[in-house]
Amino acid sequence: MVYGMLLTPNHQRTDHMGQLTIKNLEVSFHSREGTIHAVDGIDLCINPGEVVGLVGESGSGKSVTCNSILQLLPSPPAQFGKGKIEWSGKDLLQQTDDRMKSIRGKEISMIFQDPMSCLNPYLPVLDQVAEPLLIHGMCSPAEAKSKAMQMLVKVGVDRVTENPDSYPHEFSGGMRQRAMIAMALITEPSLLLADEPTTALDVTVQAKVLNILRELCSNLAVSVLFVSHDLGLVAELADRVVVMYRGKVVEQNETSAIFQNPQHPYVKALIACRPTLENTQDRLPTVEDFINPQPENQGESPVETEFSNSLKSGKVLTEAKSLVVEFTTNKGAVRAVDEVNLRINQGKTHGLVGESGSGKTTLGRALLNLVRKQSGEVLFHGNPISSYDDKKMMSFRKSMQIIFQDPYASLNPRLTIEQTLIEPMVVHQIGSSKKERRARVVALLEEVGLGSEHLVRYPHEFSGGQRQRICVARALTTEPEFIVCDECVSAMDVSVQAQVLNLLKALQVSRGLTYLFISHDLGVVKFMSDEISVMQKGQLIESGPANDIYNSPQTKYTQKLIQSIPTANRSKLFSF
Amino acid sequence: MNISQSSSLGRDAWVRLRANRMAMVSLSLLVAISFVSLFGPLLSSYSYDQQNLDHIFKSPDSTHLFGTDNLGRDLFARTTYGGRISLAVGLLATLVSLIIGVTYGMLSGYAGGRIDSWMMRFVDVLYSLPFIIFVILLMVIFGRNFLLLFLAIGAVEWLTMARITRAQTLHLKNAEFIEAARALGYSHARILFRHLLPNLIGPIIIYSTLTVPAVMLLEAVLSFLGLGVQAPMSSWGSLIKEGAEKMDAAPWLLFFPGSFFCLTLFALNFLGDGLRDALDPKSSKD
Repeated sequence: MVYGMLLTPNHQRTDHMGQLTIKNLEVSFHSREGTIHAVDGIDLCINPGEVVGLVGESGSGKSVTCNSILQLLPSPPAQFGKGKIEWSGKDLLQQTDDRMKSIRGKEISMIFQDPMSCLNPYLPVLDQVAEPLLIHGMCSPAEAKSKAMQMLVKVGVDRVTENPDSYPHEFSGGMRQRAMIAMALITEPSLLLADEPTTALDVTVQAKVLNILRELCSNLAVSVLFVSHDLGLVAELADRVVVMYRGKVVEQNETSAIFQNPQHPYVKALIACRPTLENTQDRLPTVEDFINPQPENQGESPVETEFSNSLKSGKVLTEAKSLVVEFTTNKGAVRAVDEVNLRINQGKTHGLVGESGSGKTTLGRALLNLVRKQSGEVLFHGNPISSYDDKKMMSFRKSMQIIFQDPYASLNPRLTIEQTLIEPMVVHQIGSSKKERRARVVALLEEVGLGSEHLVRYPHEFSGGQRQRICVARALTTEPEFIVCDECVSAMDVSVQAQVLNLLKALQVSRGLTYLFISHDLGVVKFMSDEISVMQKGQLIESGPANDIYNSPQTKYTQKLIQSIPTANRSKLFSF
Repeated sequence: MNISQSSSLGRDAWVRLRANRMAMVSLSLLVAISFVSLFGPLLSSYSYDQQNLDHIFKSPDSTHLFGTDNLGRDLFARTTYGGRISLAVGLLATLVSLIIGVTYGMLSGYAGGRIDSWMMRFVDVLYSLPFIIFVILLMVIFGRNFLLLFLAIGAVEWLTMARITRAQTLHLKNAEFIEAARALGYSHARILFRHLLPNLIGPIIIYSTLTVPAVMLLEAVLSFLGLGVQAPMSSWGSLIKEGAEKMDAAPWLLFFPGSFFCLTLFALNFLGDGLRDALDPKSSKD
């Protein structure tokens, strides 16, 4: 190989220029607890100009693969096995750090997930975008700045032309992610690694960012490795899809072929378990169903009891009347919730959709009287709870609960699961003895699909999906009637998301719960909800039965929301 | 109910602490030093202030284990007696600063807004007071008193602790698990002491282990100014100061009190690290 290169260097080089070939890559992490084979012998190749999607759930090894291409993994603990990563004919695993530096950002660039933390808050955006050019000595500082300016305009960050000294905090998340794209593409690399570049963004912003990414990459003939947990999203962009599961590639094929004719059970599950706007099933299929197929009617097939039916009487449980919530900031008062009228019927799920910053979270908090209203009122069973003080609220607290977005932040890391679950009962004097409370906790854990062996563990010992189950169990300890689910599945992989959604649905039926389901994902909301409200800039702009909102959206904004959902366009994909 | 729960956290922490060898060695060392300080003066056949001008500057031998000083006083008796005072000042003043600082900082951060501003401005005002003058004033008003020394030092050292605790509280109070606690109708006291405090323990312990040596040195400074411990009474700080002056002639005068001081500080630091890890469920290996 080396010998051949020496003889005909030019020929060899042009042959492999811009071609990435991963051969039998093995990456393992060594720690005191043992060895984890994060990537277990994968083969992957990206041809010049090709867009390849790399899909898998968290922990499947997709990010490790992506990071090992640029040798960004800390080693130790990371160790590389036999495999090779060939880039333009060179094995990247054998390059020295100095050689890698000349490749990083120049030949291969990367975009990261979190636009909020990827830009240095102390440097102007323009300088940061120009920096790769200077580092690689590609042009003079003045030239670099003008190039950076052009690039930023290309990705739609026009603001820099007015004020070249803008700092990252002056930009929204979507704008920052565009700046990141500009920074990655300014050196005109041959390969762009995009690691979940739009996961942290709203759907409408995500759609814009994807468009820009797609256009620029085809204009510049950059090949892209697009890493995501969302198959629908990848389908929008990729020519070819590679699906990873537990460190191995389980399937790779042309994008349309994967969707039309998935081979591996895991891939079938991935396609099926994402709630879409079209389907109206009661329960989402989960990965388990596909990997270990079991006879029908296994798992939770909730029985509608008389009790739960009696609750579906159409009575109004929670109501907001011209509710206003304001926050005072340095720039003055901001209306997070602006004259909102909302009725939530007992035993039903009311979906609340909107972009981040639209006030949906604040509305959810206000309905629980967790934030102070400015005017208007919140009624719960007809009681004006928004004017109650802490003491008077106490008896209502146990009837209304909330489940948060981030299961990692919403459990006290210093308490065991048992302590976390027993505490609400102690506070609200539910159950009389420790034994009785413990028995209730065990029953609750079983109800959410965990067991009594989990009682003595701490939150960090659980996966995200399990933690969210614990949060659900905690919310249920006080036997509430009303639960606000605030983006409670947004941080999860589709497969885990399906499990949690199924759980919530089953609990609703068996316990007659009423949900306010807040999400930016219209597909998820549609799956869960009987009625949907759309929120924009603090106001409810549209409200009605779920099917009506989806089939005949009245406002432009709602139409835009529906169009932005990647999976909603899948039919388009099938048609070609 | 609550007691049995918190004891289970304590038990877990104790199991983890026992697994940490450095921490256990440190703990035994601290116990040994405290023991020697408590009972050493009683065991010694000399008292800490007994002068013997025939035996000045004697190097360590079997009669005077640590040697004698310029007035023929037995250094072993003086070092162990000084240990009582240094350990008492160090630990008690730190405890005082811990209680005031953590409570104040937590309340300030948790209350937020205007209350927080005012509480922290008060801390700033106290910061700006010259400490020595503050202590002299106290001494003048209340007379020289040992308890006062603890109070004076504790009253100054809590300021930094309050700031650290407040910053951590501000950071944590918007965490979703705190909001979940509010949604569950928990009282403020419960949220503060059961949900916030345990999560503040890391920085608190680290700062405490830094406070103990600082306080011991402060005591030496005060003694030097004639405000703290007065000869013939001794403390490690004052012994080290005397020993440093006579280092050429009688190095043991610096060596023994200095070793005790250093060993205590090392042990405290390792024990602090061990405690922080032991109280953090995430550090457990299983």
